[in-house]
Amino acid sequence: MSQPAPPPSRRPRVALFVTCLVDLHRPTVGFAAIRLLEQAGCQVEVPRAQTCCGQPAYNAGDRATARDLAASILDAFSGYDYIVAPSGSCAGMISHHFSGLFDNDPQQRTRAEALQAKTFELIAFLTDVIKITTVPAVYQGTATYHDSCSGLRELGLKSQPRALLASVSGLALKEMVEPETCCGFGGTFCVKYPDISTRMVSDKTRDIAATGADTLLAGDLGCLLNMAGRLKREGSPIKVRHIAEVLAGMTNDTPPIGEARG
Amino acid sequence: MLATSPAFKQNVKGALADASLQKALAFTRPSFAGKRTAAVAALPEFEQLRDVGRDIKNHVLANLDFYLETWSANVEKSGGIVHWCSTADDARAAVLAICQKAGAKTVTKGKSMISEELAINDHLEKHGIEPVETDLGEYILQLRKEPPSHIIAPAFHLNREDWEESFRASHTDLPEDRVFGERRDILTEARKKLREKFLAADVGITGANFLIAETGSSVIVTNEGNGDLTQTLPRVHIVLASIEKVIPTLEDACTFLRLLARSATGQDMSVYTTFSTGARRPADLDGPEEYHVVLIDNGRTGMIGTEFQEMLRCIRCAACMNHCPVYFTVGGHSYGWVYPGPMGSVLTPALIGVDKAGHLPNASTFCGKCESVCPVKIPLPKLMRHWREREFERHLAPQGMRSNLAIWAWFAKRPQLYRMATGLAARLLSWLGRGKGRVASLPFAAGWTAGRDLPTPEGETFFARYARAQREGKL
Ligand code: SF4
Repeated sequence: MSQPAPPPSRRPRVALFVTCLVDLHRPTVGFAAIRLLEQAGCQVEVPRAQTCCGQPAYNAGDRATARDLAASILDAFSGYDYIVAPSGSCAGMISHHFSGLFDNDPQQRTRAEALQAKTFELIAFLTDVIKITTVPAVYQGTATYHDSCSGLRELGLKSQPRALLASVSGLALKEMVEPETCCGFGGTFCVKYPDISTRMVSDKTRDIAATGADTLLAGDLGCLLNMAGRLKREGSPIKVRHIAEVLAGMTNDTPPIGEARG
Repeated sequence: MLATSPAFKQNVKGALADASLQKALAFTRPSFAGKRTAAVAALPEFEQLRDVGRDIKNHVLANLDFYLETWSANVEKSGGIVHWCSTADDARAAVLAICQKAGAKTVTKGKSMISEELAINDHLEKHGIEPVETDLGEYILQLRKEPPSHIIAPAFHLNREDWEESFRASHTDLPEDRVFGERRDILTEARKKLREKFLAADVGITGANFLIAETGSSVIVTNEGNGDLTQTLPRVHIVLASIEKVIPTLEDACTFLRLLARSATGQDMSVYTTFSTGARRPADLDGPEEYHVVLIDNGRTGMIGTEFQEMLRCIRCAACMNHCPVYFTVGGHSYGWVYPGPMGSVLTPALIGVDKAGHLPNASTFCGKCESVCPVKIPLPKLMRHWREREFERHLAPQGMRSNLAIWAWFAKRPQLYRMATGLAARLLSWLGRGKGRVASLPFAAGWTAGRDLPTPEGETFFARYARAQREGKL
């Protein structure tokens, strides 16, 4: 006699942390994240009071501003099962740095710790928490994937994006040499030290081009804008996209980064 | 050593335009990382060793007075003399006094970064004593009057042609037809010259990778054997060591030796690992008659008890710079003082002042690679961020950046207004990039557009689009 199936558990309530760059620059990534989360059985909400995770202030040494912004995120994102961001860098900021901002405020610190335990980068959340292994997307092309630093080294994001990309029909993945080397974006670093940053991103685009891939994917919009900007400056035809756009099958919704609808 | 760290940006410009430097950097770049990866993969317990190494160092730093006193007592017991020096000046004076008392004319030197911190060569020369660097890389730098650009491979920035050129310029007895086709030819030439110096030297100066409290020993780790000749042939041996080099036991030394060479060069062990304990005893076959340790603080105790204390765990393996994409872009000299790369970006502001070295902790993307390879798990990006906090508090950060940040923060704290501002910005930028999806130049983003186009936004912000979709019942 077979066991009765367990009652379906409630759909997890996920709050989307859109990130300021996606909000300003590429809303499609946010909608792709919503589609992927809903496909995975989540109920997605987008708290309206969110702006930025505070990383620009935090990395500029302005702890007070970073703390203020973190505090408003604690308020805006309380009461959800999970907080998910389509960015390793912003998810890492919340999950690895928020509690340290409240060293002198035990109450807020406890709240931050609770929040950080529930905060995930989109791809890691889909694979490690919801445990999806495939997506129903189609993409015709050869892609190379850049491991953005925070996702890789803070959050351990390495095999997950590759596993999901492998399930996209029509897509072939071709690794570049040193996919783990920083692209030279580094937030305000790229405008504070443009000479160094430009050289770093040129090394990166050289490695990207050497793969022969027609598409470059990554999981962080900052890095993508940097690499796309350099590729376009070099006149490269390589298409640059956030990985979520491909996984959600939304590449027809918007042209590649740095290109016009043609 | 005079710091050029304040001119970091100019240094970088020069370094990027220096074809020979860029060639040397590109040539060495893949090798260090590859060798370390292989060495680490061959030792399954390497990760645990990193934790052990970190914990030993933390324990020492919490009990530094005890271990230094124990070590010092054991040095004296074995016939050595410890010179406690608070400042670089004190240390220079101590070294000079020992050399003068020994009637030294020539002093041989093993590779030592702390000796660069003291600029000891200049000081000795000024007082009529000839210092001779015996590490191959340091030797060529001495001929070229250049500082090291790397903490374990000091002549990292030179190509083989540069070596040949320096030898031809300095070794005036060189026959014109001498060929320098390979590394071996360079070695042979240096060896010939250095042998004379080794035998002539009255005093030998070395650094120390570790000081062992339980035995009073100093340890040097080298690949060339020059350190051994430096410390055993002359009548007097001076060890230069900073206070954080002390570790409790021989057992601990073994832990660090297992970490050090693998992290540094990808070797299981360096070729020579030499322990020196005191002066020569009657039954010893060799060794110096006098054994001195010049123990140097030079600003380090000021780091204890602060957020920078963790930096004092550093064992100077160079893994952080060997894996640093910024280091490989700008080279070691750009950092402008003794210590380059990520470890220098944390240590230099502590030793020469963040007002002078403020660029260094800022010139990092926080990619985190350094921290991921550091054998004693120093959170280098976090410590660089702490320097940025100090700069921000002291208003040392550039005013422009500060006010931009303030304007942005003002909006970011007010979601309603923020939505309006971003909505406007997204539309404006999108309009600028109409028909192309990017702009090639933008006055207020000159730093960005100097080397790359600026991809422009889709046009409507996420929140505007989301609200519209909700209104239209599409969500
Ligand atoms: S900071 Fe770490 S990786 Fe860098 S030299 Fe020191 S011990 Fe080695």
